[in-house]
Amino acid sequence: MTLRTKLLATTSAVLIATTGALYADGHATHPETGEVLASDQSFTYRDLDESPSIDPGMAEDSAGGDIVRDLFEGLYNQDASGSLAPGVALSHTVSDDNLTYTFTLRDNAKWSNGDTVTAGDFEYAWKRAASPELASPYSWFLEIMALENASEVIAGDLDPSELGVTAIDDTTLEVRLSQPLPYFPLMLTHYTTFPVPQATIEEHGTDWTKPGNMVSNGAYVLTEHVPQERLVRERNEMYWDNENTIIEKVTSLVINDENVALTRYLAGELDRTHVPAGQFPRLSAEFPDQAVSVPEACSYYYMFNLRDGASEDVQDVNVRRALSLAVDRDIIVENVLAGGQKPAYTFTHWATAGFETPDIPKASMTQAERNEMAVELMTEAGYGPDNPLEIDLVYNTSDSHKSVAVAISQMWKQTLGVETVLANQEWQTFLEARNNGDFEVARGGWCADYNEASTFLDLMQSESGYNDSKFVNAEVDALMEEAKTSNNAQANYDRVEEIIAEEAPIIPIYHYASVYMYNENLEGWPFENFQQQWYSKDLYKIAE
Amino acid sequence: MLSFVVRRLAVAIPTLLILVILSFILMYAAPGGPFNSERPLPPEVLANIEAKYGLDQPFWKQIVNYVSGVVTSFDFGPSFQYKDRSVNDVIAQGFPVTLTYGFWSFVVAVTIGVSLGVAAAIKQNTWIDYFAVGISIGAQVLPNFVMAPILLLVFTLWLGWLPGGGWSGGQWQFLIMPVIALSTSYMASIARITRSSMLEVLNTNFIRTAQAKGLPMRRVIWRHAMKPTILPVLSYLGPAFVGMITGSVIIDVFFSTGGIGQFFVNSAFNRDYSVIMGITILVGTLTILFNLVVDILYAWIDPKIRY
Amino acid sequence: MLPNRAAVEGVADQMALAEVKGRSLWADARIRFFRNRAAVISLVMLGLVAAFALFGGMFAQYEPDFVNFSLIGSNAYLGVPSIETGHYFGTDSNGRDLFARTAMGTGISLMVGVVGALVAVIVGTLYGATAGYYGGRVDGIMMRIVDVLMSIPFMFVLILMLVIFGRSIFMLFLGIGLISWLDMARIARGQTLTIKNKEFVEVAVATGVRPSKIILRHIVPNLLGIVIVYATLLVPNMIIFESFISFLGLGVQEPATSLGALINEGSRTMQFGYMWQISFPLFFFVLTIFAFFFVGDGLRDALDPKDR
Repeated sequence: MTLRTKLLATTSAVLIATTGALYADGHATHPETGEVLASDQSFTYRDLDESPSIDPGMAEDSAGGDIVRDLFEGLYNQDASGSLAPGVALSHTVSDDNLTYTFTLRDNAKWSNGDTVTAGDFEYAWKRAASPELASPYSWFLEIMALENASEVIAGDLDPSELGVTAIDDTTLEVRLSQPLPYFPLMLTHYTTFPVPQATIEEHGTDWTKPGNMVSNGAYVLTEHVPQERLVRERNEMYWDNENTIIEKVTSLVINDENVALTRYLAGELDRTHVPAGQFPRLSAEFPDQAVSVPEACSYYYMFNLRDGASEDVQDVNVRRALSLAVDRDIIVENVLAGGQKPAYTFTHWATAGFETPDIPKASMTQAERNEMAVELMTEAGYGPDNPLEIDLVYNTSDSHKSVAVAISQMWKQTLGVETVLANQEWQTFLEARNNGDFEVARGGWCADYNEASTFLDLMQSESGYNDSKFVNAEVDALMEEAKTSNNAQANYDRVEEIIAEEAPIIPIYHYASVYMYNENLEGWPFENFQQQWYSKDLYKIAE
Repeated sequence: MLSFVVRRLAVAIPTLLILVILSFILMYAAPGGPFNSERPLPPEVLANIEAKYGLDQPFWKQIVNYVSGVVTSFDFGPSFQYKDRSVNDVIAQGFPVTLTYGFWSFVVAVTIGVSLGVAAAIKQNTWIDYFAVGISIGAQVLPNFVMAPILLLVFTLWLGWLPGGGWSGGQWQFLIMPVIALSTSYMASIARITRSSMLEVLNTNFIRTAQAKGLPMRRVIWRHAMKPTILPVLSYLGPAFVGMITGSVIIDVFFSTGGIGQFFVNSAFNRDYSVIMGITILVGTLTILFNLVVDILYAWIDPKIRY
Repeated sequence: MLPNRAAVEGVADQMALAEVKGRSLWADARIRFFRNRAAVISLVMLGLVAAFALFGGMFAQYEPDFVNFSLIGSNAYLGVPSIETGHYFGTDSNGRDLFARTAMGTGISLMVGVVGALVAVIVGTLYGATAGYYGGRVDGIMMRIVDVLMSIPFMFVLILMLVIFGRSIFMLFLGIGLISWLDMARIARGQTLTIKNKEFVEVAVATGVRPSKIILRHIVPNLLGIVIVYATLLVPNMIIFESFISFLGLGVQEPATSLGALINEGSRTMQFGYMWQISFPLFFFVLTIFAFFFVGDGLRDALDPKDR
């Protein structure tokens, strides 16, 4: 017996002992599909880094969100396709003016210490998240939810008790909005809106998130947490739907290096890990059942600095269009990244719900035609072999950003004779440079907050805080303003994308894909969910 | 001797103060801040956070508050990045890990390094010598960020003998690869220093006399040659120890051990000011202490040295 | 990580001895050095590595930053080392010629090593010589400062500096130099203490030569032997050091590269079977460091024969 199998044998023995006889015989079957379940129902996956917080009110990154969604349950969950599924709330009614929501909560939802989850827990959690005292970095989420008085509470002008949320009784929660928001219920699947246990927080202070202290209402409870190493959560016997939970134990391991993570995946230590850039074709040929690529709600682009006083070179629209045309997206997507990403000619991700990618002329040209046009535009702008353009390109430190930048700088050089000076900046320096307009061309990436095209296109508004190009266009502003209240905004979005293509404030490069290796016995992963919101309670492992 | 120790400790305090101020200035000169992100926070949210962590105070006041917190209650403040934890939590969790594999690496490096060096010196110009010198130079030039993935490929993927990372409270099977990867280059240096030091000692008159008197070689080596040989090795141990703490970054990255090195590098990248300060002070203090211990040992072994 | 101080100090004793005997230290040393076969071979190797760094680029079929787009993503079968394609060392994972990049990286690594060592040696020698020459309270204060600086974990400070001021080769030189001059200062000071009582220094003082001139003209030249030995041993350590910085992602900017950066990239694709991406840079890395170690050892032995 090798050391490793010995170890595995011991762990599974322990598992069987602790989980009782239900799945130990290995012949248990899935209640719906009837598949034979594996005896070992533990799920181990890789996280890139330690999450800043696992307190629902304080959490701020998507990896932390994955953990919080297992430990806590909000009013609603997302199902495999991204639609609403009941959580603690069973249903809701909306007032005629679309400003007041009344939620009916289930009466059998329990905290892990046996207490009932009440509407009051939600009221407490939301007021806590908004309070200046907690100073949550995600308190702004309550503002974009259009919660009544949220901005005033966060700014400290009103007491948190004035927030537009009230527990009418234990199972009825009333929420008041300051403006109608059609996708409001979907936002309730976000961790900032999850309930937190008041008694526990008051007893332990910031230490309440440590294992042993934490009381939670999700399908799992926290049993072990070693920052930068591992976080373990196990079945919550008190969870209202406990009998349908199949995975017994979920472990997230922090492994910084993706190649190390892949090695450990191949050695059988992990059930899910990221595929390093460029390795997808090889891995999917070798492990067709394990390497999976699905669209991910983010766009990758380069932005030009259009501020007054920025470099004159990129103020010329011909230069910007030429640089955009000369980027061979197919090479970036197929050769550099090779993970199922799609070439981007529009800013909005192609898979965004209800969005039809408009016909952008350059999208249907061949690269040779694009290059030819790019050379013409450059000549028109007054640049040529004897007067080459020099461009500074900044990106943040990362192997794949580097590969993309190296490839694009060479495309510009080989097609247009443009000399590119690459500057790789460490993350915080990069953010500051981009924010202050201290760049000529900079990398950008944007991920959807919700599944609708405006989450991308809002960035092009003159006043948007995220418009780092400082692109100003009155028509775009008007179109986006109109889109907010319009029933069918597709025409507006088409026009905005056309303007982006004509004015080229940014170069859309590709639309992300989420590329992972999954244990072939792992089932129930919500690949269809565009925002990749997954819940361990929906997963299960089948017997080999 | 005592006055020497007291004097050294007295110098330590201004040293640490200089370190604190230097790091503070460096951090505040840094672009970005702990609460920047891809999507900038709305000003009112940022204001709340800065108020919570005292970053809205003037610069001098922050330093004074910080130093007085550290001195009076040994409180290094909350981590800006890991919002559920204080700096004391972070150090209490990461430092024992680093210390454990650092200690074992130290033991391995010194034991094997000194043995190799002594063996090479005694059997100078034989195959043992060449072998030892070859191994030690080879170990020194192979960067540990190359060695670590090779170890992983061999022991985890191909042979399946060892877990590919993690800590699990420091069980032996999780310790082996970190210790190998961390200790080799130090082992090599120690072997080289020991070898040349031993050769020098073996050529001195008192050893020649001892040999001439017919004392057995083993006795000559252990009773007479070892002590002077070890002196230059000792003076190398101070820097070696610090090198191991800093080198732990690579160990933490490759073996996911959760040690202090990873926390330091991450906090530098995330501008987690309080964690940077805490770890810098910790390592600074250790450096001072370790150099002091080495000096005391030096004096103890070599009575000629007077402080 | 830094060369051992004790090992270098023997050289000083020997220099003093040579002075007494009145023969040329340098002539003797040269003879002894050339009798050391390992050192001579290493010196030749070093010459070859330097030649590769300087002229290797001329023999490359491609520019070091030229991307062959058809090769990205199909490295495994198209990017292998081959005489026919002109990619003698194959290509890197971005489709660039590894031969040209290795030549470039070797050059930059050598430069970092040599310039880093030079900064350390110049600062250290001047500082140590000044402290030793003036003696007394000045010496006391200057050496206490060195003690204080030695207690600072400089690797940490360097990481902070690179993070904060952005990476540049200049910052790297400055940072690496800053870390390593302290030992040199101590050695130079000790040596100066013995030199400053020699007649030629006393004559200079008596004739009213300015102290700065005495230090530069009379003291520093007499420290040269020890300085050279220390510098040779310092260079490989600087190169190793740079590779660590590259590993952290704080090294030189693309498209420039160093051996450390190339090895780091190569180690990432090792498990996919692209062995050439790590072996060629690693070969030059190992060769350079081996050679410097042996040349350094040889120089030390040549200048300090009693060590053997």
